[in-house]
Amino acid sequence: MKKLTVISGKGGTGKTTVTANLAALADNLILADCDVDAPNMHLLMKPEVIEAEVFKGAKVAVKDQLKCIECGLCRELCNFKAITSDFKVDEIRCEGCGLCVAKCPSDALKLELEETGDLYYSQTKFAPMVHAKLKIGAENSGKLVSQVKEKAESLAQQQEKELLLIDGSPGIGCPVIASINGVDSVLVVTEPTKSGLADLKRVLKTVKYFNLPAVVAINKYDLNQEISLEIESFCRQIQVKIVGKLPFSKVIVEAMQQGELVVESAPESKVAAALKELWQELSYELRIKS
Amino acid sequence: MKITVLSGKGGTGKTTVATNLALSLTNVQFLDADVEEPNSYIFIRPDFGEEYQQVLRKVPIIDQNKCRACRSCVDFCEYNALVLLGEEVLIIKEMCHSCGGCKYICPKEAIREEDKEVGKIRVDKSVAGMEFWQGELNIGEASAVPVIEALNQKVSEDKTVIIDAPPGTTCPTIAAISDANYCILVTEPTPFGLHDLKMAVEVVKELGKPCGIIINRSEEDADKLIEDYASNEGISILTKIPFKREIASLYSQGTPFVEEMPEWKENFQEVFTKIKQVVG
Amino acid sequence: MKVAVTASNNTDLNVKIDLKFGRAPYFVIIDFDNDKVNFIDNSAKGATGGAGIQAAQTIVDQGVEGLITGNVGPKAFNVLSKANIKVYSAKEETIKEVLSKYKNNDLKEVAAPTNNGHAGM
Repeated sequence: MKKLTVISGKGGTGKTTVTANLAALADNLILADCDVDAPNMHLLMKPEVIEAEVFKGAKVAVKDQLKCIECGLCRELCNFKAITSDFKVDEIRCEGCGLCVAKCPSDALKLELEETGDLYYSQTKFAPMVHAKLKIGAENSGKLVSQVKEKAESLAQQQEKELLLIDGSPGIGCPVIASINGVDSVLVVTEPTKSGLADLKRVLKTVKYFNLPAVVAINKYDLNQEISLEIESFCRQIQVKIVGKLPFSKVIVEAMQQGELVVESAPESKVAAALKELWQELSYELRIKS
Repeated sequence: MKITVLSGKGGTGKTTVATNLALSLTNVQFLDADVEEPNSYIFIRPDFGEEYQQVLRKVPIIDQNKCRACRSCVDFCEYNALVLLGEEVLIIKEMCHSCGGCKYICPKEAIREEDKEVGKIRVDKSVAGMEFWQGELNIGEASAVPVIEALNQKVSEDKTVIIDAPPGTTCPTIAAISDANYCILVTEPTPFGLHDLKMAVEVVKELGKPCGIIINRSEEDADKLIEDYASNEGISILTKIPFKREIASLYSQGTPFVEEMPEWKENFQEVFTKIKQVVG
Repeated sequence: MKVAVTASNNTDLNVKIDLKFGRAPYFVIIDFDNDKVNFIDNSAKGATGGAGIQAAQTIVDQGVEGLITGNVGPKAFNVLSKANIKVYSAKEETIKEVLSKYKNNDLKEVAAPTNNGHAGM
C-alpha cells in the first residue's frame, strides 16, 4: 500500500478540490481527511457514516462545587487565567496542567479527559473514508490527525487497498507534520501568488526536514505566469518535481459550487484533462497503476 | 474601535479584506495577528528596520545541587516536559506549556524559571498612512497565543484598529477576537466557504461579538448560498468583492486592489460606516 | 543485561513488534542474564502530548541497555541517548525473530531519530 498526503502550506489553493478529484480518478483506495480543524472533503464526497467514535484529546480541570471552600488559591496559581472571579473553571482557557488539582486544600478539583471531537468511518461513492471533526476552540488537533491517519492505515491494510490518499492540514505546524509523517510521497498544491510562493517555501522546508519525497502541482498556473515561472525555477533548484499545472478555470469553481467534481461533471474540460495528467504523473511517481 | 477580520478557513480573502479596508480608512492601526503565516506585509510593504520586541514565556530550570531526584515534578508534568535520567532532571522546553506548576510542586525549591523567546513583534509606525504591527511565531513553538496577546497590548484606543486574525476557530483565533468591538467574517460562495463560515459564526456568537459578512469571489448565482444562511442567522452582508481575474491577479503580485480600483475605497468606507452604526 | 522491545500484544514472544514507540500498546523487557520475559503496559499510549518522552521515561526506568522498535522521534531519541540506551530499528516481524537478529548483531543501531516526530501537541 502506498501513502500520499496532499498539503498546501497556504489555505485556499485548491488542495481539497484536487484531492477529491484524484480520489475520483484512482482505483482501490481509501481516503483520509486529516484537515480536522476545518474538514471540507465530506462536502464533495458526501460520506455515509458507518461508525463514529468520540475523541478525547485534552484534559481539563473539573471542580466539585460542594467541596470548594472558595479560598482562591487556584485562581492565584493559574498561569492561564482559567479560574473565574466566582471560582469556576473556564474550559476554553484551561490547559489541563493540573496545578490547581495538586494544590487545592479541599480536594475539590480533578483532571478529566475532555471530549474534543469525533472520528468517523464512512462510505462514499468512490472509496471508504476516515474523517473527523474537532470541537470549536479545542486544541490538540495533531493527536486527532494521527488517529485519523492510523485508523485509515489499518483499514487500508485490512482491505488490501493500493493507495491511502490523505488530505493534509494547511500551515506548517503540528497537524501538518502529523499528516505527512511516514508517507511515501507528499503532493504540495500551490498557486502563483506572492503569498502562495512564500508559504510553498516554508512548507517544502518542513517536508524536506522530514526526509520525505515531495512533488508540486501549481493550481491556477496561468493566473500569474511570472510567479509560476519563479515557482518552477525554485523547484528545479531544490530538485522537486512539478507533476501538474492546472489552469485558472471557472468550471472547477462552478462544479464545486454545485458540490460536484469537475472530472465527473465536465470531463471534457481543460482542467479535467490537467487533473487526469496529474494523476498519471502521481501514479508513476508512486509506482501504482493509473 | 477594534475590528477583527477572520475566516473559518484559510485562503478565503481575509488578508485581502483587512489590508484593503485599512488602506481605505484614516487614522488606522493595523495588527497582523496571523502570526504563523503573517502575509499582510506583502500588501502594505512596511519597513521594520532591524528592531523587534521579543515575546517571552517562562520555562523551568533546575538547580541540580538542590534537586534530590524525587521525581515529583516529572510525575506532575501533564505535558511530559520533564524526564528523570538517573539523578538528573532533563527539561524538554518545546513541550513545556509554562504552567509554572513544577516550581510549586518541588519539595526542595530546586526549580526556578527563565525566559524563552516564543516570537517577535515588529512595527513600522508610519507606512501607507497607518501604524503597522506584525507578530511572528518562532518555528517550533506550539502556541501562538502569547504572541497575539502581546500584540493586543499594543492597541491604541484613539485609532481604528484592524486585526488580521489567524484562520480557523482554535485558541489563537479566539485570542485575536477577544478584545474586538466588531468582527468581519470573510467567506466565499462555495459549500466550503459556507461550512467554514458557520464555524466562524459559532465562535463569534459564543464570544458575544457583533459581526457582519463580506463575500469574496462573489458571483450573482452562487451568492444565494451565503445570503440565505446570513438572513436566517440575522447577520448582515457588508459588501461583496466580485470574482474577477483582475482582482485575483493583483493579489498574486502583492498589489492591494484599492490602489488600482480606487472606487473600492468608498465601498470600504461605507462598510466602516455600517460597522460604526452597529457598534455606536 | 536487558533490552526492551515495543510489542503489539502481550501474550507471548510470537506477537509482532509494534513499529510505533511512544504509542505502542506494550513493551516487553527481556533479561538475557536469566531469560526472564516481562510484558509491561505502555502508560504513555493514550497521552495527550509527549507520548514519546513519557515512553522513554518508562524505558529508562527499566534499566535496559537497548531498545528495539520501528520509529523514534527526536525528543524521545534525545532522552534515550542521554540515558545511554542504544536504539535498534527493526521491521514488522515477531519479537522472537527480532531477538534472534539482535543476538546475532544483525539489527541496525540508529544514530539519529528515525522520524521527526510531531511536537506532541
